[in-house]
Amino acid sequence: MTEEYFVQGNEACALGAIKAGCRFFAGYPITPSTEIAELMSQKLPKEGGRFIQMEDEISAIGAIIGASWGGQKVVTATSGPGLSLMQENIGYAAMTETPLVIIDMQRGSPSTGQPTKSGQGDMMQIRWGSHGDYEIIALAPSSVQECFDYTVKAFNLAEKYRVPVFVMADEIVGHMREKITIPDDIEIITRQAPEKTEDYKPYEAPCNGTPAMPPFAQGYNVHITGLTHNTKGYPDADDPKVHETLVTRLCNKILKNTDEITEIKSKYTEDAETIVISYGVPSRSVTTAIKQARKDDIKVGYIKLETVWPFPEKQLQKIAKNAKRILVPEMNLGQIYYEIDRVLGKTAKVELMSKIGGQVHTPNEILNKIMED
Amino acid sequence: MTEHKNRFLKYLREERLPHIFCPGCGNGTTINTILQGINKSNKDFENITMVSGIGCSSRIPGYVKCDSLHTTHGRALAYATGLKASNPKQDIIVVSGDGDGTSIGGNHLIHAARRNIDLTLVCINNDIYGMTGGQISPTSPEGTKATTAPYGSQDKPFNIAEIVKAAGATYVARWTTAQPVQLSKAIKEGLENKGFSLIEVISQCPTYFGRKNKLKTPTKMIQWMKENTIPIQQAENKTPEELKDKIITGTYINQPRPEFIENQDKLIREVSTIDPDENIRKAYGGNIE
Repeated sequence: MTEEYFVQGNEACALGAIKAGCRFFAGYPITPSTEIAELMSQKLPKEGGRFIQMEDEISAIGAIIGASWGGQKVVTATSGPGLSLMQENIGYAAMTETPLVIIDMQRGSPSTGQPTKSGQGDMMQIRWGSHGDYEIIALAPSSVQECFDYTVKAFNLAEKYRVPVFVMADEIVGHMREKITIPDDIEIITRQAPEKTEDYKPYEAPCNGTPAMPPFAQGYNVHITGLTHNTKGYPDADDPKVHETLVTRLCNKILKNTDEITEIKSKYTEDAETIVISYGVPSRSVTTAIKQARKDDIKVGYIKLETVWPFPEKQLQKIAKNAKRILVPEMNLGQIYYEIDRVLGKTAKVELMSKIGGQVHTPNEILNKIMED
Repeated sequence: MTEHKNRFLKYLREERLPHIFCPGCGNGTTINTILQGINKSNKDFENITMVSGIGCSSRIPGYVKCDSLHTTHGRALAYATGLKASNPKQDIIVVSGDGDGTSIGGNHLIHAARRNIDLTLVCINNDIYGMTGGQISPTSPEGTKATTAPYGSQDKPFNIAEIVKAAGATYVARWTTAQPVQLSKAIKEGLENKGFSLIEVISQCPTYFGRKNKLKTPTKMIQWMKENTIPIQQAENKTPEELKDKIITGTYINQPRPEFIENQDKLIREVSTIDPDENIRKAYGGNIE
């Protein structure tokens, strides 16, 4: 039966995690994400699940990585400073192919910044924050409904590709209340247990690049390490070929499936001379502004990136191929803007609309910028 | 001539041998006592899972034929906390060193003890960073030399057993690698204790600690340990001056109190009819035992 709730974005993330089958949360309190931990501490025991308040964010991510190997679907929630602390272990999760979901309620940054204000300052941190070459998946909700939907989707992607998946929300959607609808036919992807063979190799990947995940304590006797490892899982940190094969596969299992992983929404783009490209909360103002502009017969369209990483390069080039001008409203001093400029800069003039300090762009600000040219 | 095979070889990943440890390293003795401890305990080897961080001692789980998680530096107990809570049926042994366990991982150490989560930590304390080539550690005795303390350490060392006892662990023991019988008995007791157990193994690093501190051979290091060891019962009557730089061995605490997962299970039973053990099966869509 379809259910309806009037909840905060933070609560919607928690509900989404539970709906996706997550029964394990470890975290550390941090504004503006704390309500997620609070709700999980209340709801998980009722589902036979476990909530652990850890001593810091480093141990929070450590605990969920451990629990993921124990066979559970896992999540943690944090904000910029906590995310910074997690980075080394995010790299470990990428290297060992540990499925997990991190909900990041972005706030004003850098450093302690503006704990109770919104921002989009972590978009590059999640892409490059841990050392080395690796790929992650990131989704950016702009509403409370999307907080729910994208959290469910994040779990499905984490399980399918065995990779850390980020729900890149922000203080505004985290604390805003809206009505959400939870249908009863949500697709939930479960883990596939590998076949137990005599010479079982946990890191021997099938052609799609992602091997099935063996849970601990089920007789697989696997060795899992962040060191460069061979297909058996054993450390082999000296052979250049072993390293190249492993790291290339870890990146390609995401990059080569970009079209399958990424989703973008677009409207009025066919005849648009100007296209506004956004992700997360500024998208709300963008859609309002574009509707208004279209009423005034201005040839403008919009693209909303639901998935930011892997970057939907080809999809953008296809949709925006006729645009002469691209506007990028971001609540930072330019992060995804540079990525868009790299991809579309040869065919269009890409302009950044920065706004920091905690407030989102107003529809009027976007409209005025569209009219400026 | 018949080939002598170690009776514990069946518990090791033979294809990974020889190991990377230096000749005379205390890690070999420790592996032996861990396997002997498991053997003597009421635990089944099939149920053992091992977790470690980074350092020489953290390589031990990679040689044991069980599920093993070789994690990041200092974080083994955090990972082990999640692993244990996700599937409490496992008997988890965490192996760390003094740097990994008490320096970078010090916060996790006291919190795991505070929670009294059912993990058995074997902390191999050789007073030095071995993997990186002989730097000073939080347990290096005052005056000892290392590559980052060429004039001798000036800092007061940690007393690991006392810290972990104070933090709330329910089983704490300290023995040296010169006392393998006591050590394996302590590991057995630690495994059987339902709660957080620490077995501090005072071990030798002849390669770095020995070479820097005029104890160049493994035998000299073992001799030095033996000469400086005092049983905990005898230490009670001695002055702090008499105990300076002494290794006080024995059982520091063996006193159960409610365990972390047991407490969680109690709460779950109060608010839910769902069996927590069902969750793994559900995550795998039912296609697992």
